[in-house]
Parts: sequence; structure tokens; C-alpha cells
Amino acid sequence: MIDWSPIILTAKLATLTTLLLLLIGIPIAYWLATTTARSKPVVETLVSLPLVLPPTVLGFYLLIAFSPHKALGHWLQQYMGIQLLFSFTGLVIGSVLYSLPFMVNPIQAGLSNLPPSLAEASYVLGKSKLQTLFYVLLPAIKPALLTGIVLTFAHTIGEFGVVLMIGGNIPDATKVVSIAIYDQVEALNYEQAHLYSLLLLGVTFCILLVVYSTNGKHLKHFWK
Amino acid sequence: MITATLQKTLGVVGGQLDLDIELQIAKGAFVALYGASGAGKTSILRMLAGLLTPDQGRVHVAGTPWFDAAKRVVLPPQQRSVGYVFQEYALFPTMTVRKNLTYALEKGQEAHRIEELIEILELGPLQDRKPDTLSGGQQQRVALARALVRMPALLLLDEPLSALDAQMRTKLQDYILQLHKHYALTTILVSHDVGEIVKMADHVYCVTDGKVTRSGTPLSVLTASKTIPQGRIQRIGELLAIQSEGTMYIVTVLLQTEVIKVLAQVTDIAGMQVGDTVLVTATTIDPILTKLS
Repeated sequence: MIDWSPIILTAKLATLTTLLLLLIGIPIAYWLATTTARSKPVVETLVSLPLVLPPTVLGFYLLIAFSPHKALGHWLQQYMGIQLLFSFTGLVIGSVLYSLPFMVNPIQAGLSNLPPSLAEASYVLGKSKLQTLFYVLLPAIKPALLTGIVLTFAHTIGEFGVVLMIGGNIPDATKVVSIAIYDQVEALNYEQAHLYSLLLLGVTFCILLVVYSTNGKHLKHFWK
Repeated sequence: MITATLQKTLGVVGGQLDLDIELQIAKGAFVALYGASGAGKTSILRMLAGLLTPDQGRVHVAGTPWFDAAKRVVLPPQQRSVGYVFQEYALFPTMTVRKNLTYALEKGQEAHRIEELIEILELGPLQDRKPDTLSGGQQQRVALARALVRMPALLLLDEPLSALDAQMRTKLQDYILQLHKHYALTTILVSHDVGEIVKMADHVYCVTDGKVTRSGTPLSVLTASKTIPQGRIQRIGELLAIQSEGTMYIVTVLLQTEVIKVLAQVTDIAGMQVGDTVLVTATTIDPILTKLS
């Protein structure tokens, strides 16, 4: 019989990561889309790094940073009582960093492509930047928001290297589906590995299908 | 009364433009800014609205400073009482026509102004539609209505009619004039259409390369330039037809309600096409005068 706990854990991790990234990603994307600051290319590079960096590199640095023997890990464990290594919380933080470009890039592109007069019209009508963002700009880039949400979710499901480095293989805490597959193959338990793999294949296929058909306007009437 | 001195160096295609403008606009006036594209007309509107900050100068509206470089006063656009109609309309795409107007309401402002604008601009049948389902002229009417919801001290129109066909343009000009009078607005119109300016504005500033080169009533400024000597009559009309007659052309021009035919050479009509606004200059050498009464 299939063990559902890695699946539930993966869904929990992906959902939480997506929600957190929505909160973090919108301000970063808005800043990148509107700023003229010289530091913009640096921030853009940092945000996009996980696209090209091997996940093990990110995982390695997080492993060191979260270690109770280092300043940050020590401080968190000593004063906040939070242990980030080999814990679900650490996994969430790792996933947020790892999936950051998948949320920020589509939203930034969406905001940059809007004509500047849209925001200006709202300012002239006496509306603040925050009101303009929430009532005018974000509603105008719904497809980009959907893309960001879905890609982040799918990318977090597919995460392996970072989890392996900082999470390990602890049931109900860090044993997500991708790790479970690896685990089952190592134990030559191919039947279970098949089930998990097929499930991930199906879910990610459906998710990407939604993105592409929405951006192809096929689902426009559902979305508008 | 609006007084503005605006100085700013703008980066433009192929170099810099040093904008140095002085405007004095009486309350209730209808003022036009006329000039070639790239002369800085839109930048003037943007500086008045607070969307662009001048390097130097000041903008005072009815005694209130909106901008004063010396005193470091820079009111953000939100705090200036301005209605702005953008060239490309800039309607909010996710909102219906009515929602575009109610969004503009100030906190606590009553909605009866919206009903009035919907009635004047005949937007009733369109109010539940989204902007992308409207024609250019319809979108422009919505943009105009939206700009007037907050009862602005100053209405800024940035070539609002340039993308419309001649018939729609005439209709919208009438709407704008009607609203200007009805709400006793102070209006600034950017336009490069001489006929439009003559019809609508009571004062025009000609802007060339960031400077005001001439200003005054539209007829005196736009039709009788100093290079034209005495003894000529000038009228503005609409070009209706160009007809080839051997080596010459017969050009038909509508002067308000009167249609006249003018003989022209190829060089005279170069670059002209039907629908253009043209200036007809006729010499009065050897005129025939007849006593009528």
C-alpha cells in the first residue's frame, strides 16, 4: 500500500511556499519594475540565481548557515527555539529562496509591460501607490500572477537537491515525494517508486497545462 | 489664475531638449499648446500634473504653490487638483466603465457627479462594459468623464483626439467645449491641429524646441505670421478633394460652410491629403470692391 505522508508533506510544503512567496514576491517584483536604483541589477541577479545555480550549492550554504555551530543557526536555536536543519521550517525557507525567481520574474515582467500611464492615471485621481497596486496594477496582470503561483507550486514539488542537503529523509518532517522516490529506488522497491513518480508526472503535467492554456487564452473566460 | 515657470533638461532622441516655459493662465480659460512632436508639450502637462518634476521654476494655482524649486515644495500628483486625459486613454482594463468612474471618487464624495457625467457624455448604454470592448471615441469619452469626477481645478488634455477620425473628432470637440463651459473649467489642450485650436481655444502658446515662440489668440498667432505681408486674406479650412487638371490641380477646400476651389501646382500640394487642415492665403492685389449699402 502506498504511504501517503510524503505526498501530504509535499502538498503542504508547496502550498506554504507559494503563499509565502506571493507575500514576498509582489513587493520585490514591484520594486524591480519601478525602481531606477543602481542596485537593481544586483538584486535581479540574486533573485534569478536559483535558475542556474545547482540546488546543491544553495543547499550547501544553507546547511552551513543553519548549522547550530554558526552564528545564525546558533542564535535561532538559542533565543528563538527554532531549529532549521533537518526540519520542516528549514525546508520552507530553503524552498522560498529556491523558487523565488519563479514568482518574482513573471510578476515583474507583467508590471513592466503595463503602460506607465495606467499608474499615472490612478495617481492623478488621488490614489496612493498602494491603492494603485492593488486596485489597478495587480488586477491588470492576473495571468502573470497565475503563472507565478503555478510555477512556484510546481517548482517546489520538483525540489530535490536543496531538500537532500538541508532536510534529509525524516518521515513527516522532510521526506517529500521526490526524496521518497530516491529512497524507494535505493531499497530496490520499484513498485512504490513507480507510484510516486507517476503521481508527480501527472500533477506537474496538469499544472503546466493550466499555465499554457491560460496564457493561450483558452481559459480566458474562466479567468476574467 | 495659474502661473507657471518651468525649466527642465529633457533627454530626447538624438540629444537634449532644454525646456524653458512661462505660462499665465486665467481661471476659466481654454488654452492650447501648439507645436511639432518632440517640442515638449506633453512634458509641460506632465510637470503641471506632478508626473514630472522640473529642475527649476514654480507652479502656483490660485495662490497655492504646487511646485516651488526655491522653497522645495513639490506636491505629488495625488494632492494636485488635476484632471488628466492621456493620449492613449489609460482606462483601467479590469474595471467596467462605471467602475472606472467610481474609482475616481474622493473619499466621502457623493456619486451624483458620476450620474451627471454619464448623462452629458451619453455613457449610459456603455456603463457595464469593459474598456477593451469600446471604440476609440467611446474610450475617450470615458477618459474625459473620469478626469472630471473629482472636479479638478485644471483639466489637461494631451492630444486627446489625434487618434480619432474627423467626424468623431468634431463630436468630441463639442463635448469638451460643453463640459468646459458647464463646469467653468480651466483647460489646457495639447494639439497640433490648427483647426481644432481655432475652434476651441481662446489662447494659444506655440512651443518650439522647449520654448514659447509666440502666444496670443489662435487666429492672430496661427494664421497671420509676421512673414506674410499686408494685403492678404487668410482662412483655415478642411481639404476636401484634389483633382488633377493637366499640369495643375484643382483643390477643393471647405471654409466653415463655404466650399471654394483653388488652383494649385504640384509643389503647393506636396504632402497634403484629403482631410488635412489647410491655410488658404489669397492676395488682395486688385480686389474688386462693390458698395452694398
